[in-house]
Amino acid sequence: MEILVLLKQTFDTEAKITVKDGHVVDDDVTLVINPYDEYAVEEALKLREAQGGAVTVVSVGTDRVEEALRRALAMGADEAVLVEAPAGADELTVAHALAEWASAKQWDIVLAGNVSVDSGAGQVALRFAEVLGLPHVAAALKLEVGDGKAVVHRDAEGDTEVLEVTLPTLVTAQQGLNEPRYPSVPGIMKAKRKTIARVTPAAPVAAATVVQSVFQAQQNRRNTMIKGSPAEQAQQLVQLLRGEAKVV
Amino acid sequence: MGHFIFNDTHDTLRAEIRRYVERELAPHANEWEEAEYFPDSVFWEMGRLGYLGLRYPEEYGGSGLDYYSAIVLAEEMTRAQSGGVGMAVAVHAEMATPPILKFGTEEQKRRYLVPAVKGKKIAALAITEPGAGSDVSGIRTRAVQDGGDWVINGSKIYITNGVRADFYLVVTRTGDDQWGGLTLFLVEKETPGFTVGRKLKKVGMHASDTAELFFENVRVPDANRVGDVGQGFYNIMWELQGERLIGAATAVAGAERALEMAMKYAGEREAFGRPIGRFQVIRHKLAQMATEIEAARALVYTCAWRWQNGEYPVKEISMAKLFASEMACRVADEALQIHGGAGYMLEYPVQRVWRDSRLLRIGAGTDEIMREVIAKQMGF
Ligand SMILES: Cc1cc2nc3c(=O)[nH]c(=O)nc-3n(C[C@H](O)[C@H](O)[C@H](O)COP(=O)(O)OP(=O)(O)OC[C@H]3O[C@@H](n4cnc5c(N)ncnc54)[C@H](O)[C@@H]3O)c2cc1C
Repeated sequence: MEILVLLKQTFDTEAKITVKDGHVVDDDVTLVINPYDEYAVEEALKLREAQGGAVTVVSVGTDRVEEALRRALAMGADEAVLVEAPAGADELTVAHALAEWASAKQWDIVLAGNVSVDSGAGQVALRFAEVLGLPHVAAALKLEVGDGKAVVHRDAEGDTEVLEVTLPTLVTAQQGLNEPRYPSVPGIMKAKRKTIARVTPAAPVAAATVVQSVFQAQQNRRNTMIKGSPAEQAQQLVQLLRGEAKVV
Repeated sequence: MGHFIFNDTHDTLRAEIRRYVERELAPHANEWEEAEYFPDSVFWEMGRLGYLGLRYPEEYGGSGLDYYSAIVLAEEMTRAQSGGVGMAVAVHAEMATPPILKFGTEEQKRRYLVPAVKGKKIAALAITEPGAGSDVSGIRTRAVQDGGDWVINGSKIYITNGVRADFYLVVTRTGDDQWGGLTLFLVEKETPGFTVGRKLKKVGMHASDTAELFFENVRVPDANRVGDVGQGFYNIMWELQGERLIGAATAVAGAERALEMAMKYAGEREAFGRPIGRFQVIRHKLAQMATEIEAARALVYTCAWRWQNGEYPVKEISMAKLFASEMACRVADEALQIHGGAGYMLEYPVQRVWRDSRLLRIGAGTDEIMREVIAKQMGF
């Protein structure tokens, strides 16, 4: 089974984000595999372990993305490809860049994250599937593959929808699909020695969107600690909700 | 951590260990401290990930990395927020098992080292006795040869992993010569005559199990003797150098955790209308703590570099162990002081660092013994 995983490098969710001159500053920030994509990598590895085949991870970006690809290799992916990002790329550009490279090969299943934790657009994977004419299912909580089909339990805003889809297909991972493994030390060492293939899109598709501005949302949060016995606490809480918050 | 002893591989390793420790160990710290135990499955998982065999050769299931990788593990383990967890792992991977690789037979490596590296068997090191701690030459637990076997009688105390271990590397007396009469043996827990006594209550390091061990006509085959008869003292002294260096690295990293807590608190807590970190007294305390941490770190890394490059710098390792341990206690004490009353409350984590750090000045050779070693090396 040929398994492809679309992967994005994002900020560590714990990282402190600073915005300067309309850009997010990422020089000193730890970057990680987008958590949803990590579920996709884990699911791909589990599929390979159960059914054989190979897992390829691909990402669009700059040199730094190699770190994320190498981590996927350390987790156990077989091959990694870095597609160099066309200038001014948006979701459309990225989806086309990925699809252009991926179209050269026949994939049984393509896995990706449901959404990236940075820009949160949730577009790339689905656009990629559209470009390649693949059926797609988003937000998988459970995935069973066999007999040329995939049965996907997907998160439908809290409810679960069960879909059956024929391969090849694209499925995006929702939180809860699995528990991603930690790379072992031998895995890390092996990944260090692997070469990551590099490709440049031959016919980049221009961005359809322009970022007008980037700013940090102001959050005026104030905490009030309520102390005392449970009865006193309840009384204070009601007073605060009525007097200060004016909600009751 | 930008330092010349570390390369790209160490950085990756550090990031991965940190991720594991912060996600899988730290969230359980309070629970494990309270239970005065943590599950053996931590060893299984760390073994599976390769963390227990970083610098063991690949033929024994390790990753064949350098000594610096062991320093990285020791440093990152302080993020488990429970000194006892880090200590248990350090005793297993860096204290009880290195002598097997260095002095053991091929059969011993297969039987004990390989499963220890995998985390399937847990190891302990039993030197200290009720009557002999600092004075290793005063060891009285006796091993007497009987045909192809040895029969061991005596007791050990304060043994880390003592309750949970599957096997023990035990220092015994086999001859009357003060230093030349000690020999090392591997004893399996199930051996008839061997019993684990009380699990001892401690000031700190609560998640680690510390036990008494009793040996009553414990019969082990000569195949379980590690190193030559009469070489036990010298082999343990070799082991202690690595142990002290790991201890020193742990002390520096632990102090760093205490400083982080102090800085956070000093930035948040207000008194007399300003954050306490704006008072010069507190700022200078923080500056002093940071300075002492850096000085200790430089000494530890220099020793690690010399050790890695084949030197045996007993004097400087003793200095590193001494300075880092005392420094860690000073820093933890100042960190607690900066927290005021909150520092004395169990709900704040700084008290745990303060309690855990105190052991550093006692275990693996007390401050006083370190000064004795240094003075002797100086010719006094
Ligand atoms: C939590 C914990 C875990 C431990 N884990 C282990 C373990 O896994 N394996 C193991 O074998 N041991 C272990 N130990 C034991 C530890 O190594 C000893 O406690 C330590 O070496 C000191 O020995 P002692 O307790 O007998 O003190 P003593 O040797 O009795 O010392 C008492 C005091 O006298 C001082 N003193 C002794 N001799 C001299 C001298 N010549 N000059 C000046 N002062 C001197 C000491 O510095 C100390 O202040 C552990 C101890 C603790 C507390």
